[in-house]
Amino acid sequence: MSPQFTLQSLILRTAAHFLLPLLLIFSVFLLLRGHNEPGGGFIAGLVAASAVALYMFALDIRSAKRVLRFEPRDLLGWGLLFGVISGVPAVFMGQPFFTSQWLELTLPVLGDLKVGTPLLFDIGVYLVVIGGVLLILLSLAEAEE
Amino acid sequence: MRLEVALPVIIPLFFGALTLILWRWRLAQRVTTVVGTGLMLLSALWLLSATWQDGILVMHMGNWQAPFGIVLVSDLLGAIMVVLAGISGFATAVYSLTSMSKRHEAFGYYPLLHLLLAGVNGAFLTGDIFNLYVWFEVMLVASFALLILGGERAQMEGAIKYVTLNLVSSAMFLSAIGLLYGLTGTLNMADIADKLSYAEDPGIITVIAMLFLVSFGIKAGAFPFFFWLPASYHTPQVAVSALFAALLTKVGVYALFRVFTLIFTQDVDYTHEILLWVAAATMLTGVLGAAAQFEFRRILSFHIISQIGYMIMGLALFTPLAIVGGVFYIMHHIIVKANLFLVSGLVYRLKGTYELKELGGMYRSHPMLAILFLIPALSLAGIPPLSGFFAKFILIRAGVEAEAWWIVGVALVVGLLTLYSMIKIWAEVFWKAQPEEHADRPVHGSVGSGVLYLTIGGMAALTVFIGLGAEPIYRIADAAAHQLLNPSLYIDAVLGER
Repeated sequence: MSPQFTLQSLILRTAAHFLLPLLLIFSVFLLLRGHNEPGGGFIAGLVAASAVALYMFALDIRSAKRVLRFEPRDLLGWGLLFGVISGVPAVFMGQPFFTSQWLELTLPVLGDLKVGTPLLFDIGVYLVVIGGVLLILLSLAEAEE
Repeated sequence: MRLEVALPVIIPLFFGALTLILWRWRLAQRVTTVVGTGLMLLSALWLLSATWQDGILVMHMGNWQAPFGIVLVSDLLGAIMVVLAGISGFATAVYSLTSMSKRHEAFGYYPLLHLLLAGVNGAFLTGDIFNLYVWFEVMLVASFALLILGGERAQMEGAIKYVTLNLVSSAMFLSAIGLLYGLTGTLNMADIADKLSYAEDPGIITVIAMLFLVSFGIKAGAFPFFFWLPASYHTPQVAVSALFAALLTKVGVYALFRVFTLIFTQDVDYTHEILLWVAAATMLTGVLGAAAQFEFRRILSFHIISQIGYMIMGLALFTPLAIVGGVFYIMHHIIVKANLFLVSGLVYRLKGTYELKELGGMYRSHPMLAILFLIPALSLAGIPPLSGFFAKFILIRAGVEAEAWWIVGVALVVGLLTLYSMIKIWAEVFWKAQPEEHADRPVHGSVGSGVLYLTIGGMAALTVFIGLGAEPIYRIADAAAHQLLNPSLYIDAVLGER
């Protein structure tokens, strides 16, 4: 690991281990509340990507990749696919593409829940943003080495 | 709800995402691409036949009604363009199977190809002027990346000019949209057209029209903004060149046709007179530029420019017959021009160079290829009974009927000079003996060129078909022109009967 890239800070490294899961949970929280309140796929994706980026700066690229588990490019592809697919259910209901479809569920613990295609679209955006940002960041970091 | 209106946009987006997921498996990517572009072509044909039968089709995306939501609209011109995009996309995908090297594929050729096609189809089908801008950008971003695929020095040089001029054009496009929105308070093209018909101040409208003219003129490669085109089109992989030559400038031409028949028809004497001058200058500079070139793809690039002039001439004369000629010309041109680029790629594969001086003797060694070159080349020059003859014939007839003698003269002279250019390529590449010092140095030899012959042959057959079957093609173009010249059809289809 090249010294000019990794910040040799014990504080940052220790903090990163705690911050990573917190930031990821926060990003999911942002993603889920996004439809009716501030938040949504884009900002949630940025938060998740910054969590991994922080981890990369604190430790090294290899650990960051291990934490991510997936290739950023694959995330990009799956995200786009989710985005396109979210428009399709409307067609089966005889409505134009991308018309929102909602399903109202009553779950034992959580109470009433509304799930719909916009959520799928938001998850798509979430994945695209994580994939896109990390693809750029990791490529730059690798070029640096 | 008409499903077919959205399919030509959704399909390439879907398959683009799929090729991204299949990045690691080259074979799967290739199969997906051929299947995807094939399905796109089929959906385009479905759209055209539906539009032909039922008139202008509209889909309100997300069920948000016009003029507030974004609509996809398929009138005949849009549907024809989508079919042409389907044909050239499919041909390129098949051609790439052998022409594209592993290294280039690894840079993301297939996802970008789909993204480009999605952008092009979106631009042809959208009924919202800001959405048109967005699709333009989708297309441009994909084309920037495709242009530098491989990362050679010449490509970078061409790409800088391409990117810079196109960004200027986009900025202008955006400010023109802003002005138009300020004037009318809407972005829906049908609604804009409707609102402008009650507008009191035609002066400001003409100013906005000129902004659109400059912006689309840059994208279409019209005089005097065409410099980016011959600087960049001969640099990328040949399959990319062919796709660019077929589609990119035509999106600009399509946009000109759309806004100057639907929106800006208040002061036709002024705006379309300027268009006519632009058309003449574009034709002449393009063909004269080609005469000075001795590189296969550069000659073809300059000819794109001169052909754009013919299409704009059809729009500028603004008579029913002239618009028919313009639409017919677009159909003819996309097929022929893509094919000529594909031929140049095969020649390069066999001989290892694009320089006319270094080529030769291909008629003796590859007679089949020589004939397959001659069909689109003569068609481009307008020799009967090929497609180019009818395209030029309709336009010139329209010019004569409109008594615009000088433009008729220009069109005829340019036709003759086009023939000169094609004969030049024929004589240098196929007829003369190859210079000794440039004896064969094939890149890949003839390995796997069967697929290439198949693609070129298929496109040549289409050219012949458009020529021999000019009657039905003419009828479609005629109906498309009828819709273009009666904007109320479009407006009523989008906004409903008022």
